[in-house]
Parts: sequence; C-alpha cells; structure tokens
Amino acid sequence: MNKKIDFREVLQRSLVPIMFIVICAIGIPLSGLSVGYLANEIMTRMGRNIFLILSLLIPIMAGMGLNFGMTLGAMAGEIALILVCDWQIVGIPAMVLAAIISVPISIALGVFCGSILNQAKGREMITSYIMSFFINGIYQLVVLYMMGSIIPIRHGSIKLPRGYGIRNTVSLLSMRQKLDNLIPLTVGGVKIPVATFLVILVMCLFIVWFRRTKLGQDMRAVGQDMGVARDAGINVERTRIISIVISTVLAGFGMIIYLQNMGNIATYSSHSQIGMFCIAALLVGGASVDKASIGNVFLGVILFHTMFIVAPKAGATITGDSMIGEYFRVFVSYAVITIALVMYETSKRRKKKAAGRELQDLQGHGGDDLRTADLGTL
Amino acid sequence: MKEKLQAFFKSFGLPRLIIAGFLLLLLILAPFVGADLPTQISNIINRFSWNGILVLAMVPMVHSGCGLNFGLPLGIISGLLGATLSIELGFTGRLSFFAAILIATPFALILGAGYGFLLNKIKGGEMMIATYVGFSSVSFMCMMWLLLPYHSPNMVWGYAGKGLRTTISLEGYYNQALAGILPIKIGNILIPTGTLLFFALLAFGIWAFLHTKTGTAMTAVGSNPAFARAAGINVDGIRLLSVVMSTWLAAVGILVYEQGFGFIQLYMAPFYMALPAVSAILIGGASVNKASIVNVIVGTILFQGIVTMTPTVMNNAIHMDMSEIIRIIASMGMILFALTRKTEATR
Amino acid sequence: MDNQNNTLLEMKSIRKDFFGNQVLTDINLSLREGEVLGLVGENGAGKSTLMKILFGATDITETGGYDGEIFLNGEKVSFTTPFDAIAAGIGMVHQEFSLIPGFEATENILLNREPKKTNVIAEIFGERLDQLNRSEMEEKAAQAIEKMGVKIDQRMRISEMPVGHKQFTEIARELSKDQLKLLILDEPTAVLTEKEAEALLDSIRGMSARGIAVIFITHRLQEILSVCNTVAVMRDGVLVETVPAKDTNVTEITKWMVGRTVEETAASTDVHTDEHQNTILKIEHLWVDMPGETVRDVNLEVKEGEILGIGGLAGQGKLGIPNGIMGLYNAGGQVTFEGREIPLNSPRKCLDSAFAFVSEDRRGVGLLLDESLEWNVAFPAMQIQNKYLKRYAGGLIKWRDEAAIRAVTEKYIDELQIRCTSSKQNAKELSGGNQQKVCLAKAFALEPKMLFVSEPTRGIDVGAKALVLDALKKFNRESGVTVVMVSSELEELRRTCDRIAIVSGGRIAGILPASSSVEELGALMLSQVV
Repeated sequence: MNKKIDFREVLQRSLVPIMFIVICAIGIPLSGLSVGYLANEIMTRMGRNIFLILSLLIPIMAGMGLNFGMTLGAMAGEIALILVCDWQIVGIPAMVLAAIISVPISIALGVFCGSILNQAKGREMITSYIMSFFINGIYQLVVLYMMGSIIPIRHGSIKLPRGYGIRNTVSLLSMRQKLDNLIPLTVGGVKIPVATFLVILVMCLFIVWFRRTKLGQDMRAVGQDMGVARDAGINVERTRIISIVISTVLAGFGMIIYLQNMGNIATYSSHSQIGMFCIAALLVGGASVDKASIGNVFLGVILFHTMFIVAPKAGATITGDSMIGEYFRVFVSYAVITIALVMYETSKRRKKKAAGRELQDLQGHGGDDLRTADLGTL
Repeated sequence: MKEKLQAFFKSFGLPRLIIAGFLLLLLILAPFVGADLPTQISNIINRFSWNGILVLAMVPMVHSGCGLNFGLPLGIISGLLGATLSIELGFTGRLSFFAAILIATPFALILGAGYGFLLNKIKGGEMMIATYVGFSSVSFMCMMWLLLPYHSPNMVWGYAGKGLRTTISLEGYYNQALAGILPIKIGNILIPTGTLLFFALLAFGIWAFLHTKTGTAMTAVGSNPAFARAAGINVDGIRLLSVVMSTWLAAVGILVYEQGFGFIQLYMAPFYMALPAVSAILIGGASVNKASIVNVIVGTILFQGIVTMTPTVMNNAIHMDMSEIIRIIASMGMILFALTRKTEATR
Repeated sequence: MDNQNNTLLEMKSIRKDFFGNQVLTDINLSLREGEVLGLVGENGAGKSTLMKILFGATDITETGGYDGEIFLNGEKVSFTTPFDAIAAGIGMVHQEFSLIPGFEATENILLNREPKKTNVIAEIFGERLDQLNRSEMEEKAAQAIEKMGVKIDQRMRISEMPVGHKQFTEIARELSKDQLKLLILDEPTAVLTEKEAEALLDSIRGMSARGIAVIFITHRLQEILSVCNTVAVMRDGVLVETVPAKDTNVTEITKWMVGRTVEETAASTDVHTDEHQNTILKIEHLWVDMPGETVRDVNLEVKEGEILGIGGLAGQGKLGIPNGIMGLYNAGGQVTFEGREIPLNSPRKCLDSAFAFVSEDRRGVGLLLDESLEWNVAFPAMQIQNKYLKRYAGGLIKWRDEAAIRAVTEKYIDELQIRCTSSKQNAKELSGGNQQKVCLAKAFALEPKMLFVSEPTRGIDVGAKALVLDALKKFNRESGVTVVMVSSELEELRRTCDRIAIVSGGRIAGILPASSSVEELGALMLSQVV
C-alpha cells in the first residue's frame, strides 16, 4: 500500500515538469527559433533569475509556503540601487554597495512581514501576497514622494522634473551586465555569465550548508510541526521570522543581480510581477508548497523560460497573432500556481485521513490480541 | 461605560477607525481647500451605485465560511461574456442590459458550480486558491477574447476585423441603462435612482434569502460547519450554493458597473477587481467569516468616499496627488488586519 | 526493591483547585531512586493533574498554581514550565506523540539538544548557525536506544514507523537526557501490541536497575502488578491507597479505584426493569472509526422508554457509539429502529428518523457559539422538521418565524432554568452548564423518539449537573422518549439510568441493572481494556 502511494506521489510531483517538457517540445519547432538563440536566451535568463528563486527555498523549509512577500526584498534592492545610482558609483563596487544598503531595509521589512505572518498562521500565503501589495504602497510613497524631498537625490537624470520623486525608468548603464561580463566566456556562440553563476554557486552552497546548521534543523522542525517544536524548546515565532528575513535579504540581492542584467529599473513595475514569475518557475521545476530543492530551481528556470521565450512566436505561427502567445504564457504561469496550490491542499487532506486510518488499523489489531487474554483474569 | 466604549473600539478595529476618521477629515477639509462638496457627494453616490453589487457579491461566500471571495474575477468574466454576447446578438439600448444579465446567468451558474466544487475540495485554503483561480481565468479569457468569433463592428478591432477591443463603448447599448431611470437632481447632486433601486433590490434579495430556511443554514455552515453537519445539513451543497450566488452577483455587478461607467473593459481589466471589493466590505465592518448588508453599504460608501475625495482634496490642499498610494495602503492594510484576526468559528 | 536507596521525590500535601473546583486533596507521595510506581485511577481521578503539577505544565501555572510542596533529592522545587522540570531531571512521555513526522528517529530523539560543531560563521552570527554533528548524534541516539533495551531503527522516519516504534522513540528521547532521574509514562502501552508492551515492561525494569525512577500510569492492572514496586490508587482527587505491589491483587485495586466507602450513593429508585418491554433500537456489529474512541464490534438492544447508560473508560469506544450511529464518524454495521434499518453515515437520515443527539463536544459540534440562543435552540428543528417557518408563495419561500423561535427558546429557558440575559444572547457568553442546557433544549425541540446524550455533565459545576440530569430524566419519564446516555461517571449513570452497558475495548463488556454495585461495573470497565 505504501508503494502505491509513493508511486502516486512521484507521478504527482513530476506532473507539472512533464507537462512543461511537452509544451516546450511542441513549442520550440513551431517558434522557428534557432537553437543558438534559444541557448543564449536561456543562459541569460538563468543568470538573471536563479538567485531570486533561490530566495524562496528557506520559507518553504520553515513551513511557511510560497513566500509571495519576496517582493519586499525586491523593493529593498531597488531602493538601494536607486541610491547607489544617484551617488554616481559604477560597476561592481556599486553592486556590492547596493547589496550592503539593501540588507538593513530587507531586514526591517522581513521582521515586519514575519511578525504579521506569525499572527496569520495557516494563511501565510494569502497574507504574504496581500503584504506585497501593502508594502508596494509604502514603496511608492517613499520613491514617489520622499525621494528628492526628504531623502536627498541630487542627480537630475533619475529625478522627476517636478523636483521630487523618481522617474519611471532609472538607467543602470553604469553597472549594466558588469557582473555577467566580469569573467567573459563564450562556448559555441553561447555567452556564459561566469561570475553570476559563481555567485549562484556560492548561494547554493550556502543553502546546502544552512540546511545542516542548527537553525536549518530548527526550521525544518518548525515547518513540520510547530507544537512539537515548541514543546522541545525551539522558539517557533522567532525561527519563522528569521526564515522570512533571510528570504527577504536574499531576494534583495537577487533583485540587484536581476536588474544589473536588465540594465535599467522600471521603478514602479519591476518588482510587481517578480514574485509571481519566480514562484511559477519554482513550481514548474517540480517543487510544491511544502517541498522544494535546488534542483527544482534549475529545472524550473530552464523549462519555464523556454516556454516563455517560445510561446509568443509559437502562438503567432499557430494563430497568426503574437498576442495569443503572450497571453498564453501569462495564463500558464497562473495555471501552474493554481494547480500546485490545489494539489497541496488536497494532499494535505488526504494525509490527514490516512493518519486516522492507520490508528484504527492498529487499534483493531491490538484489540483482537488482548480480548481473550484478559477476560480470564478478572 | 468606559469599558463598553473600549470594547466597541476594539471590536471596530483600529484600521477601520483610522479610515473612517480620515474620510471625515476629508469631508471637513473639502470646503476649506475649495473642493465643491455637492460634486464630491454626487461622485460618491454615483460610484457607490456602480460598485455596490460587486461588494455585495462577497456576502454569500463569507456567510458560508468560504472566506473572502478573491475569485471575484471569475464572476466578472461571466458578466463580460454576457455583455459581449448581448451586443453580438444585436440587442441595443436598455434591452441589451437585461439581455446581458440573462446571457451571463448560465455562464455564472456553470463557472460558479465548478469553482464551488473546487473550493469544497480544498477547505481551509480557499482564499489563496480563489485568488489564483481568478487570475488563471482572466488570463485564459485574454486568449479567448482574441480567438472567439465575435463580429460586431462596434467591438472588434477595426483593422483586423476580429479580436475584441480592450475597451468597448456602450453608447447606443446599455450606457446609463439603470442610471437613466428616474434620475433626481438636487442642486449639483445627481442621484442615479435606477441604479440605487437595482442595488436595493438585490441587497433586499440577499437579506431576504438569509432569513429563509436555506439562508439560515448557510449562516450556520459558516459559523460552525461541524454543528451544521450534525444538524443534518449538506455542508458541501450549501457552500456550493453560496459560491454560485457570489459568482452570479459578481456577473451582474460588473454589468451594473459598466452601465454607469459607459464602457466594457476586457483583457486584464478584471484582474485586480477583487481587491477593492474585498477591502470595501472589510472597511464596512465585516470579518473573514461574518458580513451583513450594512457592512456592504457602509463599506462601499467609505471606500468610494476615499477613492473620490482624496485626489481632489489632497491635490487642493498640498498640491500632491497621493490618492493612489493612500488607497493602496488603506485598502491593503485593512485586508491584512482582517487576515491577522483570529476567527472564532471552529474549523 | 532495595530499601537503602535514597528518596528521590517527595510530594507533600499537594492540593489543587480549578476555579474553586477541588481536584486534588492532600496528596502525599514519595519515590525512591529506581523505584517503579504504578499510578492507577479512573478517568478524572486526578492522575494527570498530579503529573502535570510535577512536570510544571503551563495550564497549572496559568490557573493559579498549586498548594503543597515538592522535594526533589531533598531540595524544594517548584516548576513553572516543563523546561524547568526537564532541567531538574524529570522526563514525561505523553499519550499524544510529540514527534516531528518527517524526521528520523535520531533527529527526534535529540530534537533541540543536538550535538554541534562550531564554525567561523557561527562565531559571528551566533550559535544557531553551528553545524549539527551528525556522527555524534547517531552515537548518542544509539546509546539512548541501547539504554531503553528495545531495538528500533534510528534511521527510520517517524512517518514510516509503526505506532509502537513512535512510542519507543519518545521514550528513547527521554532516556537520552543525561540528567534524567524520573520518567513519567502516561498510558504508554495503550498503543502497543502485546509483544511490544512486554518489551516495554522489560525496558522499565532495566531503567529501574539503572537507578531511574518510573511513574507508570495505565489501566492494565496486570502490567502494574508485574512491573511496579508500589501501587498508588487515586480516586476523586484523593490518594486512597499506596501499597507494595506484591501485597495486592487486581480485584483489590479495582475495588479501591471505584469503591465509594464513605457514602455509597443510592442507585436510582424508580427503575424501569420490565423484561417484556419492546426493543426499540437494535445495534448489530457496529464499528466506528472515531479517532481515539474506536468502536470495534458493538451489539446492543435498547428497550422502549428506558434510559440506557453506556459507561467505560476513556478511549474504549463509548463515545464512538452515539457519534457513529448519528453519522458524524465513518461507521458500519446494522442499526434497526422500530423495525426499520437506519442508514449509517448520514446525519440527516438519523434526524429524519426522529433521533436526536447531544454531543460531548459542546463547543465544537454542539453549539453555534457566535449566534444567539434562539438560533442554537431552533436550528435543527427548523432544518429537519420545517418548524418555526412561515410559508409564502405556496410554500416556495420558507421564511424564518422569529416570533415562534423566540417563543420556543423562552419556553426552554424557563423549563431548564438557563441563565442568560435574553434569548438573543450569544451562546459563547454562557457558562458551561448553561451551554449544556442549550444543547439539551436543541435536542428537546426536535421532539425525538430516541435521544442520544454524550457526556452531559462534562465540565460543568455540581448544581448544573443535577439540573441537567433531572431534566433528562423528566424528559424521559414524561414524554416516554427512549434515552441512551453515555458518561464516564458511573455514579451519575447509576443515579439516572435504568440499565447500564459497559464498553471496554470497543465492545460491550456486559449490561447490568443500575442497582448493581460500583465494583461490579468497575470490573467490567477494565475487562477488555486495550
């Protein structure tokens, strides 16, 4: 019986990746894109996105589900970049400085978000999702009204003409792909952002190492059963807040890497969809709400972005309208998240039922053994 | 007495108090900063009439314990299908409005039933999944608006001859179909009597429904599903019914919104329509599992009050248009507050 | 047992009350190092409260602490949290598992006490970033398992383990604590198979030999006699006997457990014991999958117009019987009422057949806490029997008749003396006893032919108890309604019922007239315990 459930679970876990492999297999030839172009695009997008997606892993480990609040970190990263940009610092030092500046902002936001989530146990995802909108409002308040009026912004090229507030786009020309091109390498026409991948590698090692620490162990314990963890003396609330703080800080770094690749900040929209796309990519890689690995991140980025690149062209080939493909990829992103959430909730219910049955089986067994034995003694 | 007052403030909630106080401040400030109060009030009434039913669509699902209906876009899509098909089929004028409601109804029933069936499978995780069901359906319909064989020249892109436009004017169709009935004008204040009456009719319908045997069962299911089950209620059936009702109300709600606004908005427009409705009913005093018609009316007035008053008053007062940001912070703050409250009902 | 061993634990004049309700009176207990003490008593005798006091449980601290003194190794101690107790060398294995399902046995045994290796990053950011020392963890866990003397796979995940091994993992966790001097085991054998239980008893003997004292709580008296040095019997919050195990036997212990030596309350005086009454309800081969209250194979006949009591220890399945028949938990078997078979697993069908049920889970199932008394009383009758409704449009619209609802609620408020400000008051604002009366009113309003009442007096004060029981009896005698009453208190069953059926091990162990002695009933209760 156990075998059967395992098989079912494996199938369920790989259902989404398989679906995507099929979509990509159909889409790639239809799109008519060359292999070289595709390889280049995917390589770029891997460098751009993987770090951001990695930031989602730790809250999942702590049982807080998909952290829609990673947008908070993205906003922290953007604020840091805007400031660094205004200070006219360039290249890698600018990125490092931005990363350093983003840390206290991320920590503050992470602590706030984590504390709120602790008051909404069992509804973390919807709460972190609304949280991202709420903080977006605060972000706009800061960037649109406080920057230039309260927070000094000197440089005219990023300020709105009215004297305060930041323009819709801030050019990051001074640090555009500086990290990607730090160690130039081209293999068979495919440009590989070696330095970015090294940073990602360090990040992966950090996550592997982190899992083996006491804190990582505590997070896994808290993620599986808060009551038991609390009884064992683990500070559950604090551990959960720390997991959100780490995620937010990493998302801030991830956003800086993302934006150095893009080369400009869309001040009011860069972060708004980032959470959704990162979460969709992670789920496409076979992760679920309560289980995700580094492998899921890599597989997910490749599959999701292949779909993303080929969908408009393939859609145009089929229907003659490129918008169809655009909408299709948005639809697929949302549909994947929906499916993952539904699967998570249904399997949670199934597990609960199975636990009850196990108890009954056992008691039934024990009862038969003892009935005849004990009757005689009284 | 003091304790009672404190208890009242506690149950009312700080965010709600701040929002109500803020609106009061805006009303007081308005004459001083040169904003025309009658126009403002007229605006609020008008926008109330557009949005009231969308907020009302929250009530059945909250009552049955399905939580806040973040899946409102699904119902809106049913309404949009009704609207576009009504025009496509050649209905015009006021008739096209009622035709749209009629055509939207089967879509709302079918989509609502499917949605309700899904929500019964995932009890406890309704709100998050509802959000994404809404998003998925909106993005799916984005493709459909392009692909479905619509021909009416008033709706499709002129140059391509196919694919619906993002915004469709209702001039000649059901623009002001309800607002145009018995409008009352008092000075500068224009009251869209027809729309208000239509809202009153539906609100009365829901109020009446909640006083019937089935409505009573719905409230009990939301209040304590275990109690309802022990009393022989088909809990899943009642929840399904509530979802269908919410979906249908959302479909009608968007049509009423359009007749006031004068345009049909397609594609990504329904995307974020759930959030204002959700925060409106919460501002009105509802919680995740309790809501009344009074909450709907008070909430919609407060919410729309802030939406309409802030731009003019703030602009005139400090020459900064912070209305958008204030709206976001106030409405999202309200939802966050409601989500962090412990719900008393046993699950 | 070697009497030279030092005294480890002394509890002197322990008293505890919950809001004026005395639950423990002058408990004196002492325990030597390596001594095994068997603690027995009916449910509610005060065993768990006493252990909670010893273990520093927070619900004791939150309800005003306790009176009396506890000495550990001659030193006065007073624990306010379990962590204090653990630090002082007390370990406890609860009935509910406290394990992380996705963790291996090793990880659970050393949860939050893992051996660590420090590193540079931890030096800067604090010790939570120390790495776990896996090899030392395995070693320590292996030692603990070795100490326990029962072999379990320390690499196996808890979620894949049979229940017995989970129990052993818990025990190993306590044994892995170096400071452990006293281990409290709360019904550890309840989930074990016979072989596993035997292994556990061996393990307890092993611990004792190592100088660890054990307090062993169980309902299986044979186990107590075979493993303990001393037996302590509790009843109604009083420690009635403490004797060496070798000087006593099962019958004697049973007598102490249930016997009312001071004032033997009289059994009900007007008992209906007409043998020729019709059987109104026949239960055959009923099984119910109610977690913690599994019913295995119940056969029972209920006579028309009687009050049938169902008694038994907690966890033996007595609660599963009414819950299963009423369709609240998955059930099978055959239930015949007035010659017609009642379909199981459908609350609606039962209610349609004029059954009514007052649940033991008052707040969870019994009441709409956030609604008015009117709603609570009238709801089932309205939904099932279309009462209190006004019909419009030829019956198409069924409108709530507020006046009729208020009338019926006020009638029951008067009859049952429900204390409330008005019939509009919310149910959650009432006291436990009054809430229970509302639950009864709800069932009475259905005007049933057959009424199931489950634990009607659980958690309510003495005055309310009498009122509730009298109301039940009056309802039965005056309206001729057959009542099946499930209760863990033998006294109240004897007072109220005509016949008493005792459930043990998910089966009916026997049916006796209410005039039977407490000893007879008590013996049945323990007969098939699992």
